[in-house]
Order: sequence, then C-alpha cells, then structure tokens
Amino acid sequence: MNPPTTVRDIRDRVRRGALSATECCQDTFERLDAVDASLHAFNTVTREQAFARAAEIDRHLDRWRDRPLVGVPIALKDNLCTKGIRTTASSRILDTYLPPYDATAVAKLEAAGAVVIGKTNCDEFAMGSSTENSAFGPVANPWAVDRTPGGSSGGSAAAVAAGITPLALGSDTGGSIRQPAAMCGVVGLKPTYGRVSRYGLIAFGSSLDQIGPLARTVHDAALTLGVIAGADASDETSAPEPVADYAAALTGEVGDIRIGVPWKMIEQGVDAEVARAFEASLGVLAERGATLVDVDLPHARFATAVYYLVATAEASSNLARYDGVRYGFRAPVEGGRDDEGHDLLRTMYAQTRARGFGPEVKRRIMLGTYVLSAGYYEAYYLKAQQVRTLILRDYDRAFERSDVVAMPTSPTPAFRLGERVADPLQMYLADVFTVSANLAGLPAISVPCGFTQAELPVGLQLTGRRFDEATLLRTADAYERITGWWMRVPHV
Amino acid sequence: MFTREQVHAIAALAQLELDPHEIELFARQLGEILAYADEVQQVDTTSIPPTASVVTRYPSDRPDTVIPSLTPEQALANAPDPATRHGLFRVPRVLG
Repeated sequence: MNPPTTVRDIRDRVRRGALSATECCQDTFERLDAVDASLHAFNTVTREQAFARAAEIDRHLDRWRDRPLVGVPIALKDNLCTKGIRTTASSRILDTYLPPYDATAVAKLEAAGAVVIGKTNCDEFAMGSSTENSAFGPVANPWAVDRTPGGSSGGSAAAVAAGITPLALGSDTGGSIRQPAAMCGVVGLKPTYGRVSRYGLIAFGSSLDQIGPLARTVHDAALTLGVIAGADASDETSAPEPVADYAAALTGEVGDIRIGVPWKMIEQGVDAEVARAFEASLGVLAERGATLVDVDLPHARFATAVYYLVATAEASSNLARYDGVRYGFRAPVEGGRDDEGHDLLRTMYAQTRARGFGPEVKRRIMLGTYVLSAGYYEAYYLKAQQVRTLILRDYDRAFERSDVVAMPTSPTPAFRLGERVADPLQMYLADVFTVSANLAGLPAISVPCGFTQAELPVGLQLTGRRFDEATLLRTADAYERITGWWMRVPHV
Repeated sequence: MFTREQVHAIAALAQLELDPHEIELFARQLGEILAYADEVQQVDTTSIPPTASVVTRYPSDRPDTVIPSLTPEQALANAPDPATRHGLFRVPRVLG
C-alpha cells in the first residue's frame, strides 16, 4: 500500500503542475463522499466554495505557486469562524450562525494557498474527550467505527486519519488536539499559549485555548505552524516572539536532546499496551542518541482537578454571551410575566440556554458558576489558580534537566462509543496527561508510537519549553523518521 | 451531593432553566466532580501567588486610530429578532 498523501506531496505536485488544485479538490470530495457517511467527521461541507477557490488558484498559478500550502485541502474544526460559512461549535445554540469574519488562523491558511473543504464535527463548544457531546451526533474512529475518535477535535482527527484531507485545524484547551490525534493515529500539535492568534476561535477557556494543526507527519504540522503563528493585533494574548522556520529545524538529529520522563506520574492507571508502546518509543529515541533523564512533576497529579475548576469557571463566563439576543437560537416566549414574577427577558434567556445547550455544556456552566460564586471562589477557583502556579514551577524545574518531557498522550487507546457517556468524571480522566501543558501554557505534540493488538493507534506526547516548538518538532520528527508509524492507514 | 435547592440556586445564577431530571442528575454529578476536585485542598499553597494567565509579554501599545469594523447590518445579520431599520437588537418586553 502507498504511504498516505501528505501536505508536502500535494504542495509540490501542484507547484510542478503535476496536479491541479481542482483535481486535488475532486479527489478530496470523492474520498469524503465515500467515507463520511460512516464517520460523520463533517458538520458542513463547502464544496462550491472549495472548487471556486481551487479554480482561482489554477487560473493564477504563477501568483500562488510559491505559497507554502498551495492547493492543499484543509478541514477546519467547527469552532473556528469562517466568513459566511456556517459555524456551529457543534451546538444547537449556533445552529445557523454565519460569522461576519474569518478567524486569523483561517485567513492565514487561505493566504498560504490552502483550500477549505469543510467544518469538522467536535464536542459541543469543544467540551469533551470523545466527540459524543456534539449536538449533531458523534464521530466514529476510522480505525474502529464502534469507537470514539477522541475529542474534542474528533472530526478533524478522523478526517486526516481517513485520508479525506492531509491537514486539519483543531483547538486544544485540555488535550483536544493531542488526544484525538493519538486515538486516530495522526500528529497533533498544541502550540505555546499565545503562539497562534485566538481571534475567531469560539472561546471556551480563554487562558488555556490554543489553535493547532492535525496532520499526517511532523513536517506538515511544522510547516502549518509556521503559517498560522505570529502576533495579531486582534488578539492581545498573541505573542510578539519571532516565528521560527519550524520545517527547517527538522534535522533528524536528537543527539543533543535530553528527554525527561516523569515516571512517578505514569506508573499507575496506564493501559498495559499503551505503557509498552511508550517505553519502546523512549528506547528508540535513546538508541538514536537522546539522553533519558528522570524528572518529577509532583503537582501534575492535581492537574485534572485544577483544570476542571479553572476551565469551567472560564467557560461559564465565556458562554454567558449565548442569550438569544445578538446571534443564534432564541426560545420563543409569550405573555407578560411568568408564574414566578420573572420578566419575559429573563425567561427568554433561561429557556434559550436550556434548549440551546446540551448536557455537558450545562454541567460545565453549572460547575463554573458554582466555583466562582460568593463563598466558594477562594476555596475552589483561587486555590486552583495557586496550584496552577505550582504545576508551572514543576515544569520550569523539569526543563532545567531536560529539553522535552515525554508521556503517553492518553492513558488508554480509543474507547467504545457510549462507554463513558454516563460518567462525566471517568470521561474527564481521559485528559490526565494532556491538561498540564495547557495550564502551564507549554507547547506539546502527539505523534503516533505504535498500535495495540486490536490495531488501535497509540500516541507519544512530548512537551517543550515555552516558544521552543522547534526542539519539540525536531524530536518528534526524528522519532517519526525512524519508526514510520505514520504510514499505516485504517481500512475505512 | 448537592441539594435540589442548591442546584436550583446555581442554575438561577447561570440563567439556565433545568428540568426536574437535570436537577436530580446535576445534584449527584456536581457532587461527584467536586469531591474529586477537592483533592486540590491537600496542596499547601501558603504564599503561592495565583496564575490567571501565562502571558508574560504583551504586544506593545498601538496608536489609537480608527480601523474598519463591522457595519450595523453585519452586526445584526445573525440576530434572532433584529430591528434592522433602527440598528438595534430587539428583546421581549421588560417594563410592564
């Protein structure tokens, strides 16, 4: 079987004139039409716009040829605003929302020559670890359609894994790029907080959210990061640090890399096959010349608890804007005052939100409202922010002894659809190894590191220093070159 | 475990109408999640400052100049009940 098509392949063939953007578009939609009925990776398909754009590129190839992503089809998570294209965040409350502007990351990809082919399914407002919280139904994992693709960027991961597009954007608040990447056998990168503008990303946890690529190879993720990174006047938290040539940093060398392994943190609760694949991946890197060192992240075991206090608090404020006034669904109300004497406006708010939001979003709004309420703020929200400081300091200390920190991305391979829906706490624990990078604002990547006996992919997670995506990507790329796991594709 | 009254009070703060089934469910689930989250109480955080944001360097100030923004028509385009001619969002009556 041929290795899967990469961003680089397509870009180079379009540049050479061996493939037109229109032909590439045709192949993409042919594949989408063949598999998406069984995957449900897409909420919206932008066929007409994509062919119009591809035709424009083909017509003016001289103008587009040198752009880094010329002719490359991409899928966008449906919480990224696209001008005039339905953007739902997989929520009923935004079912018909047509943004009046593009997210900065989307605008940059299009300026680089990429062709948007659709918006991918995800957990509602990116809240979930399985894509089962989508108001439009779950996504199936291309490796086993009775299993989840992970979440919340499950549609983006499934689209890349199934070979619909070689590239997708996701967002990661607590692991929502890396965990589905691991479960679908693709590469997923969460950049440093501030590396990519969040303008036009529908907000969930504003101090944690980051946009990043899902791709077949580390090279393609590096290339994409170079396109979407950089300061943006529309996002005050976007960082002024210079953007490196990430693709050029991929030398294949890891002889100078010290890999920190927080053994204490991962000795319990990790599936045996995941643990085996993880340990084997460390062996591969050590054999190639990297040095393995023990590091301790003593507060990382509190990261999931801290995360669900901080993220829900931020979510409860961010989602206050969905009240049926300026955009989205509004519940119809009639009459004067209701039985309890509330005015109609408040009744409209409460009913709009009751009917517009799904159960997980309501649960998180409730939790966040509670931890921010008078009398509980200090005990929960403030306390969580203090422990967040300690988690940050743990990483600072670990990076005195190491250049990247390695962990499994997820403690288990993809679980079955429906298996954890009734137990939100069990679902939250799927994020145990991913949330601390968001709390500390660090870049982290998941790269395929093997398969279970049941042919389910396993991911290796590497976390780096702030704004040192170059070292992170170089290590992941070297590992990928040696092992070649990325070349295995599902039979969907 | 939360009482039904507590869940009702949080829902009122969050402007959410919950049905009796959701109130029962959330009373149990919020209790379970908070019991887990309570493990942060074990950590000694004496004199540890809180981290609300990891941003350390903000872009420098920019000149305060007028730049293009949404037109009133664009801003109203997604409203469920726009008063387009007046450039307003219409809501249900608030005053008697």
